[in-house]
Amino acid sequence: MKEIILLKDGELALKGLNRNSFEDILLKNIKYRLRACGKFRMVRGQSTVTLIPDEGADVTAACDELSRVFGIAAYSRCAVAPKDLGAILELAPVYLAETLRRAKTFKVEAKRSDKRFPYTSPQISAEVGGKLLQSFPHLRVDVHDPDVTVTVEIREDAYIHGNQCKGAGGMPVGSSGKAMLLISGGIDSPVAGYMMAKRGLELHAVHFASPPYTSLLAEEKVHDLLTKVARYSGRIRLHTVPFTEIQEAIRDTCPEDYATVVMRRFMMRVASRLAAQNDCHALITGESVAQVASQTMWAIGCTDAVAELPVFRPCVGLDKEEIITVARKIETFDISVRPFEDCCTVFTPKHPRTRPHLDEMPAAENGLDIDALCERAVAGVKLLTISAGGVNDD
Amino acid sequence: MTAYFDNSATTKPCDEALAAARFAAEECWGNPSSLHSRGIEAAALLKKARRQVAALIGCPDDRFFFTSSGTTANNTAIFGVCERLKKRGRRIVTTAIEHPSVLEPMKRLQAQGFDVVFLSPGKDGAVSVEAFREAITPDTILVSCMAVNNEVGSVMPVAAVRDAIRDAGAPAVLHADCVQALGKIDVSPRALGADIITVSGHKIHALKGVGGLYLASDNLLHPYVLGGGQEKGVYSGTEPTPAIASFGAAAEAARDLSGNAAKVAAMKARFLDAVRELPCVRVNSADSALPYIVNLSVLGLPSQPLVNALSERGVCVSAGSACKAGRRSHVLTAMDLPPAIIDSAVRVSFSRLNTGAEVDALIAAFCEVAAKYGKK
Repeated sequence: MKEIILLKDGELALKGLNRNSFEDILLKNIKYRLRACGKFRMVRGQSTVTLIPDEGADVTAACDELSRVFGIAAYSRCAVAPKDLGAILELAPVYLAETLRRAKTFKVEAKRSDKRFPYTSPQISAEVGGKLLQSFPHLRVDVHDPDVTVTVEIREDAYIHGNQCKGAGGMPVGSSGKAMLLISGGIDSPVAGYMMAKRGLELHAVHFASPPYTSLLAEEKVHDLLTKVARYSGRIRLHTVPFTEIQEAIRDTCPEDYATVVMRRFMMRVASRLAAQNDCHALITGESVAQVASQTMWAIGCTDAVAELPVFRPCVGLDKEEIITVARKIETFDISVRPFEDCCTVFTPKHPRTRPHLDEMPAAENGLDIDALCERAVAGVKLLTISAGGVNDD
Repeated sequence: MTAYFDNSATTKPCDEALAAARFAAEECWGNPSSLHSRGIEAAALLKKARRQVAALIGCPDDRFFFTSSGTTANNTAIFGVCERLKKRGRRIVTTAIEHPSVLEPMKRLQAQGFDVVFLSPGKDGAVSVEAFREAITPDTILVSCMAVNNEVGSVMPVAAVRDAIRDAGAPAVLHADCVQALGKIDVSPRALGADIITVSGHKIHALKGVGGLYLASDNLLHPYVLGGGQEKGVYSGTEPTPAIASFGAAAEAARDLSGNAAKVAAMKARFLDAVRELPCVRVNSADSALPYIVNLSVLGLPSQPLVNALSERGVCVSAGSACKAGRRSHVLTAMDLPPAIIDSAVRVSFSRLNTGAEVDALIAAFCEVAAKYGKK
């Protein structure tokens, strides 16, 4: 039996003049993501893309990959029949047998874009519906809220499918440019990366490592997290910044209660520099207002002031539980809760300032050679490329 | 060079163990239960290894049974005894500082309605005989007590617990977890008075994948791994002969208990003499602890960074016990040490196979790290 996959564009379809270039990016992304599933031919239609597998291509694996490609609103796996009602009636009950055996109610929708086909849409629906009722006597027709909607589309060929699957939505990765994600190893930052990739951003990531205060296992944890995020975002370039010198300088110089906010400001400065070097036009963090002392409105104000780019904080208004729900969905939660010290927890003061003020920052940072420290941190960066398949050395 | 001082987590397989494992895997790979020549060879090898391990324990060959690890030995002992004696009583006495492979079965039994008492240690990391005497009642069916604690090296009064059980008139079986004690002290039934003694191969320079238990008599326990009836039905499953052969060879190589202890005591003394001078160092193990295990803290530097910093310098030690990385030590907590000490504690564990050069490297790295990162 021949099968194809029908994709429905999401928001793309609403765009004006940019739509074509967005679609080009989507097709390029799909091609990259399906590279391990065999060869597929792609045919563009009006707000749909048809994927036609070559001999030996793995359609099941391809559908799994497509469920995580941003820019696809929905997709359907279809059986292909000749444009002949007899052939359609023969194939539909066989192809949909497993789905329909588990369902109680169904309806049939027909779409005829080839108007030369000698039956109208209502006629096709009636014929196919009748045939399915005959083959599966336990089924009832429910046109308002069916368990399964059987769709017959008459295009170049006749396509038959059951319920369409929800796609990942959003915009194709890369269609909105590149941004730099600050990733710690906690629960929130991978979720933030996922959410912004969904808005079409290609991800770079920056991780701050403070050996020996943080272990290699903490870095490995970040690699594992990004491997999961990359299943949605595609390849991610990871910049690992040596942060020990800055942490120690802060510990030795700053008033303890300002240490956290000063550290966050350093992270923003270093991330901004790396972003500029890598054509990234925004920073992304997992901050959520009032979650911890460094994420109060006042603390965020102090860190924002040194970021040279817009800072996207998609989790800012989410509760922890809401963030965890997404983290579970993208399978990062179990990795995030592994118990290794990360750079945010080692130098944590006992009573950090929750309402630091921007005016107080010069005094708090007095004695720190900010430029030189940032420069050395940037110079020591290690670069890795992370994809859904794992880590590659650069 | 890596100077390895995490010998309580696992040990490097010794040459004798590797040779025996290789021979078993290459030349003697039959199933010991088979009746043909291949099987008979493998059975002979199993018999030899059993004799060697039993000799190190100091028990009769035919009372020792192989399992797949120390953990499976402990689980077999604890669940097996309680299943067998559950009609005679519901009380179980153990300590708060046992290995998780004892504590977790105990928690399961507690959830099933057994009355489990977890005794706390004193400042020296050992539980007193008096505590056992108070806890053991006439309806106590199991007393489980490790011979040597895995995190601080404290020696527990197992032999005196035997008397406490007798004086209480309890039907209790005495189980001694000797995973950390085997090859270090005399763990024989004569010395400890235990009915069940559990051990593990990879802590004494054998391969991983083998442990075992001594049972004083038949019918002490209901086996819980059922199958082909290997190991007289105590622990079913085809015997992993390469690992078992390595256990036998490693046991034979470890027979000189007093010689090895003297060698290790000298290493420990040299290390402690060097680091005790440092103002930020606190030794948490008692002087009475075995020389093989030293628990100590560097104030101002949490355990994991301390382990990382030493590891960068080629020295391997452990933050607490490797089995529970990332959680606060239940042993040091039970010893009632301040949180700052607990959170910066590491365990240095020695083996007779450590060299003087390795101890030099340990001392140099430890002093450098403590001076650089410790509280001034």
